[in-house]
Amino acid sequence: MARHRNVRTTQYSDDEYYDDDDYSNSFEDDCISPSDAIYLINHKPKFDSDQEFTDAKVNSCLQRVTEVLGFEIPKDVLTGHLIRNEFNIDKTVDQILNSKSGDTKGKEYQGTEDNSSRPTVVIASSSKNKDSIVVGFGNTSISGSKNKNLTATPKQTPFSTPICSPAATPRNRSPQSTRVGSPRTDRKLNSPKNTKVKDDSGLSTSHHKDQLYLIIIGHVDAGKSTLMGHLLYKLGHVQQRTIQKYEHESKKLGKQSFVYAWVLDETTEERNRGITMDVGHLKFETKTKDVTLLDAPGHKDFIPNMITGASQADATILVVDATKGEFETGFDSGGQTREHALLIRSLGITQLGVAINKMDTVFWSEERFEEIKSKLGLFLKQAGYKESDVTFVPCSGLSGENLATKANESLLTQWYNGPCLMDVIDSFKPPERPISKPLRLCISDVYKSLGSGYSIVGRIETGQMRVGDKVLVQPQGEIAQIKSIEIDDLPQPIGLAGDFISVGLAGYDAQTIYSGCVLCDPSFPVPITSILEARVIVFNVDFPIVRGHQIVLHYQSSSESAVVSRLLAELNKSTGEVMKKNPRMIKKNTHALVKIQLSRPICVEVYSDIRQLGRIMLRSGGTTIAAGLVTKVNFNK
Amino acid sequence: MKLVHKDIEKDGKGVVVLIPEEAEDMWQAYNIIREGDRIRASTIRKVQNESSTGSSTSHRVRTTLTVNVESVDFDTQACLLRLKGRNIEENEYVKMGAYHTIDLELNRKFTLMKEEWDSIDLGRIEMATDPTQTADVAAVIMQEGLAHICLISGSRTIVRAKIDQNIPRKRKGDIKQHEKGILKFFDLVMQAILRHIRFDIVKCTIIASPGFVKDQFYEYIIQEAVKNDNKTILENKSKFITAHASSGFKHSLKEVLTNPSIASKLEDTKALSELKVLENFYKILQSESTRAFYGISHVEKANEALAIETLLITDSLFRSQNIAERKRYVKLVDSVKESGGDVKIFSSMHVTGEQLSQITGVAAILRFPMPELEDDEEEDDDSDECISLPQS
Ligand SMILES: Nc1nc2c(ncn2[C@@H]2O[C@H](COP(=O)(O)OP(=O)(O)OP(=O)(O)O)[C@@H](O)[C@H]2O)c(=O)[nH]1
Ligand SMILES: [Mg+2]
Repeated sequence: MARHRNVRTTQYSDDEYYDDDDYSNSFEDDCISPSDAIYLINHKPKFDSDQEFTDAKVNSCLQRVTEVLGFEIPKDVLTGHLIRNEFNIDKTVDQILNSKSGDTKGKEYQGTEDNSSRPTVVIASSSKNKDSIVVGFGNTSISGSKNKNLTATPKQTPFSTPICSPAATPRNRSPQSTRVGSPRTDRKLNSPKNTKVKDDSGLSTSHHKDQLYLIIIGHVDAGKSTLMGHLLYKLGHVQQRTIQKYEHESKKLGKQSFVYAWVLDETTEERNRGITMDVGHLKFETKTKDVTLLDAPGHKDFIPNMITGASQADATILVVDATKGEFETGFDSGGQTREHALLIRSLGITQLGVAINKMDTVFWSEERFEEIKSKLGLFLKQAGYKESDVTFVPCSGLSGENLATKANESLLTQWYNGPCLMDVIDSFKPPERPISKPLRLCISDVYKSLGSGYSIVGRIETGQMRVGDKVLVQPQGEIAQIKSIEIDDLPQPIGLAGDFISVGLAGYDAQTIYSGCVLCDPSFPVPITSILEARVIVFNVDFPIVRGHQIVLHYQSSSESAVVSRLLAELNKSTGEVMKKNPRMIKKNTHALVKIQLSRPICVEVYSDIRQLGRIMLRSGGTTIAAGLVTKVNFNK
Repeated sequence: MKLVHKDIEKDGKGVVVLIPEEAEDMWQAYNIIREGDRIRASTIRKVQNESSTGSSTSHRVRTTLTVNVESVDFDTQACLLRLKGRNIEENEYVKMGAYHTIDLELNRKFTLMKEEWDSIDLGRIEMATDPTQTADVAAVIMQEGLAHICLISGSRTIVRAKIDQNIPRKRKGDIKQHEKGILKFFDLVMQAILRHIRFDIVKCTIIASPGFVKDQFYEYIIQEAVKNDNKTILENKSKFITAHASSGFKHSLKEVLTNPSIASKLEDTKALSELKVLENFYKILQSESTRAFYGISHVEKANEALAIETLLITDSLFRSQNIAERKRYVKLVDSVKESGGDVKIFSSMHVTGEQLSQITGVAAILRFPMPELEDDEEEDDDSDECISLPQS
């Protein structure tokens, strides 16, 4: 246990801490536990001096190895090989080509533990090189050069190499090899049809688009659904006929202004009331991205659903209503603008666009735009968003202005020359896909599928799964086999970290599965616990948190009733130092270490192990009182 | 509960005769009867008869026994109170010193003898015998996929049923499963209501949820009742009230009960005043923290300084089988009252009392700030087991 824990910590903190470094002085950094910080402080300098040296060497070898192999290999993998072979390129190439059968999942973890490769992980993942080593999807630089390779050396396509050969069975392929290029492409590799059209660069580029999950948030009636519905219509994803039908039907209900919202608000209740209740999903493409849109409900009572959606998202658009008085209502306490923005930030999402909507109601006033921008900007900065990560866009969801194309409205173009909403979405950075970590699929839904049995829906947070794989269902603690994988209703042989998928299970009664369960790697099971310790940031609450506070704990796509069973310490906001042990209460806007007792066991991870599963939110009386990171789950050891 | 007779001497020693009239009263009795008390009640005893041939037969007889109570057991769901002890008055069926277990029965009187009746016990009897204290209300606390059916009476709230059902989420182009899932869930909740709520007893039934679930559900049951000509529902239609709750977990009931429109329907002012006091405590803790303390040692220190304006304490602390500990709390209560403070004894079986129990069960609002207490570390019991989990 201790052994692989150790390895995990190395991997994760390396992979991810530096990523956070990008958003320095952000909320999230505050949240790194003191012990993590110590760990990182102790470890980083150790390699620092070597790093530059090794790095330079690796860089020079990288190109040559790539030329010989005819395909790119992730730098961290390559670095490992290079160091082991003392930078002998021939040996390295040999080893890579031979590694196909020997490498198993288990081995990879061991390998990382091995001393010689340890530093490499650090090097490869340091923020400096981040661009060239982003694991998995969407690294444009990798995909780009890969295409070049394809055309330059058509005979030496990736498809003929041992590692990526479609003939290689999924099981004995090294997990590392799947990091090559975009996993999207990788999926195609397994389909014989696609190998024939490999030279069609036009086609392959379209598959090289980065995948992005985008959540639309904001106060109730800010116009989120309308904005997105209209955007999709403009992009041709909604047929004219459908819109006409909606127009007709909504008129009958006296809700004609909701035509575009109906694209996303599909249930009878939602349409009758003109309110989004659960997250709506839709897909569209921008120049460089495949976007999955998650339209969150704005109503206070549906925040649990909004949290579920947000736990799947990589970036967000915050919609505010520019109408006089309306922006203020949403922004004041009691409105959802702040709570949504804080929740999103505490879920680790840092990329935010702000759509200042309904600009038609204020006659596209620049003054109003600037007023909202400055008020909101200040708040967002305090909330931990980096100023340069936030873009403000004036638009109108109802008239469709400045959504898919640059503005036409002369009142707007007089003073505005910035990006339209599509440009902002297109400019979001694709997320990292931690494919090489142990599998974690967080289940958010179970439904009856068309064919046989039930489908389990969720996002693969880390790792990967293939059809035929055995997975552990937690907290049930039972093994199931993956019968099928579907992404966007299309069957796929493999699902990778970052994918939102539907899976069919064999040999398991899916009806016992509920949202909040996790499918994981049987050799690295997700912990199950009914007690946890967490470092929390208390929001602007009306009542202080005292020992025994009854709460609803939100994690991933689920929630459970719980009690704050102990207040361990009040912490310094910036340093994380203990300011007071066993405080008798925790007041608003402070940081603290608390112990939480759940009314039934849940699946969570310590944040430093797998951060995707290490975030929690504490709600009580319908408002979010705190957000936190799990620091401890195992209490009997 | 009916008080038939009460005879208590100056030193606190005395006898009380009571008749429990409804299930609720068993709970009250449970709070009064402790180990070491003596109880006399009508009970059923199995008697062995040995015939001249040596074979033995047994039969049951009803007789009145007096036992010295050694253990008290209460079954919350069945409302059954069992008192076990040795017989202390010889009679024709049972020898002195023989063990017997008395199950208290409704509408049969029992006599309770204590060496010392204290203010808490006497207060409890007063409360239990006050007829205005009994107001039965049912509440359905729900959210999509989760519902708790609770019965609230004067002194406690019990969960009669919990429905936890997976509902498929809304998915692009397929909302049928979602809507079907909701209907199935509603059906389960409705069945549970029909099974657990006695409309002839409850004054009203609260349906509370976040969002529109409550309205949807209310529409659903009325529609179904009309369709199936369900008289029980139709005749009691006016007894349903909808209210907002932030979740379907049981502790959201607190919010429902504080809701003014609901509160006015519940004449039960006790639960309501408990809620107000608790809320006030939290408010002061936030705004003027040196005037609000919890935990026995802080509260006792505040009491020594005669600083307590309002004492909040849960009745579960008086159920302690540890005599010294119980005395400590009784002394605290008496002393606060003496110095003119207000004492609110919370029922640990209500959501508010449950919340108070979570923060050690004892708290106080002070007349003046006592910052010196802040630095005083609350004795850290380090026990997580003292945290009782909310019933769910
Ligand atoms: N004038 C004007 N009205 C708008 C605009 N965008 C949306 N609306 C109106 O605002 C109302 C609410 O729109 P929705 O799209 O349902 O708002 P929402 O943010 O999705 O609401 P929830 O999902 O319930 O939180 C509708 O009546 C829309 O017609 C706009 O740009 N201009
Ligand atoms: Mg909406």
